Amino acid sequence: MVGASSGAGLGGLLENANPLIYQRSGERPITAGEEDDQVPDSIDDREIFDLIRSINDPEHPLTLEELNVVEQVRVKVNDKESTVAVEFTPTIPHCSMATLIGLSIKVKLIRSLPERFKMDVHITPGTHASEHAVNKQLADKERVAAALENSHLLEVVNQCLSARS
Amino acid sequence: MAAAAEEALAPAGALGGLVRDFVAGHQDGPAAEVAADVKSGRCTVLQVVEALGSCLENPEPRTRGRGIQLLSQVLLQCHPLLLEKEVVHLTLFYENQLKDHHLVIPSVLQGLRALSMSDVLPPGLAVSVLKAIFQEVHVQSLTQMDRHTVYSIITNFMRTREEGPFVEELFEVTSCYFPVDFTPPPNDPHGIQREDLILSLRAVLASTPRFAEFLLPLLLEKVDSEMLSAKLDSLQTLNACCAVYGQKELKDYLPSLWTSIRREVFQTSSERVEAEGLAALHSLSACLSRSVLEADAEDLLDSFLSSILEDCRHHLCEPDMKLVWPSAKLLQAAAGASARACDRVTSTVIPLLLEQFNRHSQSSQRRTILEMLLGFLKLQQKWGNEDKDEIPLSSFKTPLCSLVSLALADPSTQLQLVGIRALTVLGAQPGLLSTQDLELAIDHLYRLSFLEEESQSCSLAAMEASGTLATLYPTVFISHLVPRLAEELHTGDTELASGEGPSYQARRLRCLQALSAVSTHASIVRETLPMLLQYLRHVHRGKNANSNEVIAVCRSLHLVAGQCQQEPESCWYFHQTAVPCLLALAVQASMPDKDLPNPGKLLLEEEVLAAMVSVISTASTHLSPELAAQSVALVVPLFLDGDVSFLSENSFPSKFLPFQNSSSEQKRLVALLMAFVCSLPKNVEIPQLDRLMQELLTLSCHHDRLFSCTAAAKCFAGLLNKHPAGQQLDEFLQKAMEKVETGLSPGPYRSQAFTLLLWVTKALVLRYHPLSSCLTERLMGLLSDAELGPAAADGFSLLMADCPDVLHRAGHAEIRIMFRQRFFTDSVPALVQGFHAAPQNVKPNYLKGLSHVLNSLPKPVLLPELPTLLSLLLEALSCTDSVVQLSTLSCLQPLLLDAPQVMSLHIDTLVTKFLNLSCSPSMAVRIAALQCIHALTRLPTPVLLPYKMQVIRALAKPLDDKKRLVRREAVTARGAWFLLGSPGS
Repeated sequence: MVGASSGAGLGGLLENANPLIYQRSGERPITAGEEDDQVPDSIDDREIFDLIRSINDPEHPLTLEELNVVEQVRVKVNDKESTVAVEFTPTIPHCSMATLIGLSIKVKLIRSLPERFKMDVHITPGTHASEHAVNKQLADKERVAAALENSHLLEVVNQCLSARS
Repeated sequence: MAAAAEEALAPAGALGGLVRDFVAGHQDGPAAEVAADVKSGRCTVLQVVEALGSCLENPEPRTRGRGIQLLSQVLLQCHPLLLEKEVVHLTLFYENQLKDHHLVIPSVLQGLRALSMSDVLPPGLAVSVLKAIFQEVHVQSLTQMDRHTVYSIITNFMRTREEGPFVEELFEVTSCYFPVDFTPPPNDPHGIQREDLILSLRAVLASTPRFAEFLLPLLLEKVDSEMLSAKLDSLQTLNACCAVYGQKELKDYLPSLWTSIRREVFQTSSERVEAEGLAALHSLSACLSRSVLEADAEDLLDSFLSSILEDCRHHLCEPDMKLVWPSAKLLQAAAGASARACDRVTSTVIPLLLEQFNRHSQSSQRRTILEMLLGFLKLQQKWGNEDKDEIPLSSFKTPLCSLVSLALADPSTQLQLVGIRALTVLGAQPGLLSTQDLELAIDHLYRLSFLEEESQSCSLAAMEASGTLATLYPTVFISHLVPRLAEELHTGDTELASGEGPSYQARRLRCLQALSAVSTHASIVRETLPMLLQYLRHVHRGKNANSNEVIAVCRSLHLVAGQCQQEPESCWYFHQTAVPCLLALAVQASMPDKDLPNPGKLLLEEEVLAAMVSVISTASTHLSPELAAQSVALVVPLFLDGDVSFLSENSFPSKFLPFQNSSSEQKRLVALLMAFVCSLPKNVEIPQLDRLMQELLTLSCHHDRLFSCTAAAKCFAGLLNKHPAGQQLDEFLQKAMEKVETGLSPGPYRSQAFTLLLWVTKALVLRYHPLSSCLTERLMGLLSDAELGPAAADGFSLLMADCPDVLHRAGHAEIRIMFRQRFFTDSVPALVQGFHAAPQNVKPNYLKGLSHVLNSLPKPVLLPELPTLLSLLLEALSCTDSVVQLSTLSCLQPLLLDAPQVMSLHIDTLVTKFLNLSCSPSMAVRIAALQCIHALTRLPTPVLLPYKMQVIRALAKPLDDKKRLVRREAVTARGAWFLLGSPGS
């Protein structure tokens, strides 16, 4: 799905060489309730945001949070109904990495959330030239599965999901 | 004659042997022997040179190198003995050797380093040595070790000598490494770290003002570069330079330096750069403040500060307040360097900030301004008191006081908090505040101390400020605050009958806190302590008394006792006043009085007694030995003979004889005896000790309630721990062991005897008493006891823990620092052995005992021991006790990271057990198990791959755990397992 375009971005020149850098939010403070064995903690927006904020950008040594690609206000979760919706904002409207970034977010959520969740990952409306096409690819289960069979793509996604050293 | 000649020859002969050994062999031992001979005067350096003779001309460079090496090593040890003439000859010799083969050079440099340390080296020779080094040797291509030697030679010369014509050459050869960019190679035998090089290079660069004209432009260039490390290194080097530079060196560069530092702080990219920039500015200002002016010179400090003020002041006044903090930090860094700088800056900035405060009306903006102002006030406090006629800040006093009043009256807690801090700083300036100012301040503090629950931080801060200011102005606090608190305590109380609302109780508790907080001066304690004691008497007799309130009074007393400790007179006053009163109240409560209303027994409740124990203990630890002896002569007879004469109220309906056939209420008070006698300094003699110890032993295994027995056992152990070694101690121990053994035999006192054994063991383990291993063994034996086994296992936790009331450092107990490590080494092998030998049903007791010991030690200490415990730890994973599970997991986790090869052998067990434990009912166990599953990914991938799908599938469950902290670990672990063997990881 994105094989061709991703290759160009990785090897060649950066599309957006000097992005604005945003501050990282600190670790979520641990509350007394969270330390209490008995009290259940529901899955909330911040928890989902913490899952995806540290994903590495495919072309900068920065996280999606630092590039403001993901923001907590664009994360919506409903624990009871088992739904998650994440909007992400590519740094520039013609970013060829958009699909790859979306795929990384999607894979991170698949690996980190209970199976009961239905996940919707899409571009913040009006922020990308091929918004519709990218959203369609990300929503298509089979295409996502096929993308992860492609070892080159899987490699890039894994790099985005590896812990920064 | 012949004998003398022989004597002179003999050492030369021996010397020749040593030299031959060294040059031919590969052992360095002979060099030390030769050096020792030179030091002791048995031979001279000249003789060493002569003995080396031929080998210095040997055609083989290795042999020559070895010869020079020997001489250099001798010189390194003996350079203080050298005469000027010898130094000159040796220096010329070494300079000549610089032309030799490159294999020889390292040893030649060592020799020159030795000579550079000599105090008698003639001035011209330093120049000649440096010239020779730079001519003959290409320093940049030497190994790190040898470059380091060259720098040492230069640094040594710098310290003492003029290096005249070589400044620029020297600068070039050293500065080309700046900033140091070096990563130590793996397995570097020299162990040189990047930081070492940075520091030694900095030492050279900043060693002389003569480098200034070359160095400052270089530093400026590097600060302006993009590299973070270069910025940091340059700012730190600039900082170091300021220690040796003066006005002259800095003059031409000040504007550029200020521009660069300002830029780094304003557009801060990293906190470290900001901090180093501020530190460099501080040093620049300090350097300019220090310089002695020539008559016609301009005062650079003044113009430098003017330009800083010029660039920063308008930021302080801008309505959006964007750059206020960086500006304030820059100004404070410059102002903090000297009294002169402080005056110059604050006289401009304080009026400006006062004006800004009044111009802004929002609490948040006012808070920012007051916080900045506070920083400048603190600087005034630091520098203000230096020989001035005028009291610093006095010209701003009125506006400052009204500003602080506004802040304290503001509804915003944040602004109040800063206001309280500002008030404390103003109060600390001697002579600044008048009595009226202080009374007004006290009104504010009083009001803030009683604020509602949600602004608790503010009331705590207000009380703390009262305490700080009260040490400085006790009389104002005694006249203005203490009576109001007394009244408040009383008022709340008269309402008792009509309304026992929670608000009254809360106010009374706050009042008790405020009373203890303000008791920071001896004269105040004399007012507040009687009040608190009176209130305690009153409360425990009241109809509606409850233990919470009694405990609250005790807490306040405890705080006051702590505040009295440092001053002997206050300490004695507190002890003498509070201890007899508390004992009297407790004795009264223990009387079998039928008329006594039930609440009178409040003081005998366990929690209340514990609170009283901490008051008595804190009031006794700091007594001088004489006064302690005076007090112990009263307290011990009270408990042994019922001598109540010294108690404040002493007419009781019946005798107080807790150790005799008395009621169980009286026996409970042994806890108070413990609080007193176990807190005394070691050298205080305790009267009737034999009898007391005997009584304590008897009570410890009495049929009474466990509380009294435990108190007696603890008291016995506390005294035992401090008693000097000798016959008497041995007798106590023997009696204790007889008591324990009798008690442990089947019968009604097994539990009491076990408690006694535990406390006695602890007393001995802490002081490394030889008998402690024997007692520990006895304790371990009980692990397989059907009845006492679980208690014995938990006993190990008590042995390792710090106790709050007895056998603690504050009470002067004999505690060796490494006792936990030692106990671990001594007892773990036996525990392991016991575990293997024990029948299945008691094995968990051994594991739990072991777990308590392992938990008490820091992991790095344990790490080397863990592999030997591995098989046991693996078995412990199947134990059902969650304490055991948790400690086992926390031991295995570092092992997985540290010894992946060994752990690989057990992969099957580890995966299965960890996955099982990730579903444990205990959250802590689930978290630890998931952390171990994550740590498993450090094992070699081929070992893990067969388990990959199983683990990923199993971890889907904890992803939906009800606890967020568990889910977080599951996500991390599962993410890491997904990456195993996958491309891109």
